[in-house]
Amino acid sequence: MLEQLGRKEDVLPYTGKAGNVRKKIIWMISFSVCLIGFIVILSFILSNDNLRVNNASKNLMPSFKYLFGTDWLGRDMFTRTMKGLRLSLAVGVFATVISVTVATLLGTVAAIFGKKIDEIISWFIELFIGMPHLIFMILICYIVGGGIQGIVISVAMTHWTSLARVVRAEVLQIKSAEYIQISQSYGKSVWYIARKHVMPSVFPQIMIGSFLMFPHVILHEASLTFLGFGLSPQTPAVGIILSEAMSHLSTGQWWLILFPGILLILVAKSFDNIGEQLRILLDPTSSNE
Amino acid sequence: MALMGENLGVYYKKDQWIFKNINIKVSPGEVLGLSGYSGCGKTTLARILAGYILPQAGRVSVDTKHLIQKKFRPVQLIYQHPEKAINPLWKMENVLTETYTPSQDILDAFGIRDDWRKRWPIELSGGELQRFCIVRALNPNTRYIIADEMTTMLDAITQAKILHVFLDICQSRKIGVIVVSHEKSLLHRICDRVYKVGQLC
Repeated sequence: MLEQLGRKEDVLPYTGKAGNVRKKIIWMISFSVCLIGFIVILSFILSNDNLRVNNASKNLMPSFKYLFGTDWLGRDMFTRTMKGLRLSLAVGVFATVISVTVATLLGTVAAIFGKKIDEIISWFIELFIGMPHLIFMILICYIVGGGIQGIVISVAMTHWTSLARVVRAEVLQIKSAEYIQISQSYGKSVWYIARKHVMPSVFPQIMIGSFLMFPHVILHEASLTFLGFGLSPQTPAVGIILSEAMSHLSTGQWWLILFPGILLILVAKSFDNIGEQLRILLDPTSSNE
Repeated sequence: MALMGENLGVYYKKDQWIFKNINIKVSPGEVLGLSGYSGCGKTTLARILAGYILPQAGRVSVDTKHLIQKKFRPVQLIYQHPEKAINPLWKMENVLTETYTPSQDILDAFGIRDDWRKRWPIELSGGELQRFCIVRALNPNTRYIIADEMTTMLDAITQAKILHVFLDICQSRKIGVIVVSHEKSLLHRICDRVYKVGQLC
């Protein structure tokens, strides 16, 4: 049939200008991934010896030997920052996974199991959204008793709400789609429909949602440690580094706060960037651009 | 042996009947037309007969049996808007083979080209998508097909072509067909009988 019509060229895949957008997106994603990967690798390579108190090298300005300078105890700030960021990333991943799981479960349950349950879950979501994040996190952290677990639990408990709303709306909308009713008329099981029809359209939202949640989680984790909840002062965490540096800022040691702060923002922005670019990439209406 | 609706009645708001006491019957191989004004309940009736909604009164039986929800329903409904009836995230290949693998003859008859199967739904036109929907409904287990404004969105020539092929296949497999349309001339041309919905309204 194809040859008869002699229109093979209409059918060829998309060429020309297409692909440029895609290429740019892939470059941006790989840049962000490389930056994060670089920090993680460095944090493992750098030796813990650099974190020891060293009276010979106190309060040094940034130099080639000490890229980010040293603090008032002679500790290498570059090493501390890298290790602190690794801790932030680890806590961030953990808390994000928990919140995303909670969000997916509650969102789906709210959308599927009828009005009553939907109302209850929506009420909970509003309750959690209504309270200011930071105060709520401090409260939970205090109840749980601080430490890393306190931070993880408090961050996870406060960040699932908006994603749960997105998942709920998405499942609600897709649940009544005609192609799902047709699939039901073919006698397909609930499990088949959930796996083949619902998951593929909700999954990108969940993945992107978690990538966009990540920077929030890292920043909130940093602010919690900054406020002194959770970790002991010698642990290299970005929040602790920043809060310690506060008291030395007035003596002119700007490097203590500048470099860790910039890197924290860069990491958060990288995750945000990955999430945003993935969203564009996975959207079917722009998937061929 | 027939698709029968007895004393069907339906409302969306309590006691505001959209229609009541409808008796309808299609035998295998027969083509029944459903006509009526906009909003008189043609689509609702079609959805009831295909088992998508339960009527508030009356019953639907297929070859004297009730429709079983969990199994493949022998009554298949073809929708008016194919772009809504196809999952936008599925390649056409998967859409086509969701229930069964259609033979090459059927694909050729409807003019479905091989390279269409590798595309996404948004890369095909409405008419092209509708062909997939029709082929999809022509499962070997299908006994009755309800075509709800199936060809309304197509131009006259394509409409004639597709209906011709579709009715031929239904005729040869002894599939009972209900054609829902508001075009009286079309109905009188292709149907054995025409049933008018909602004479009251």
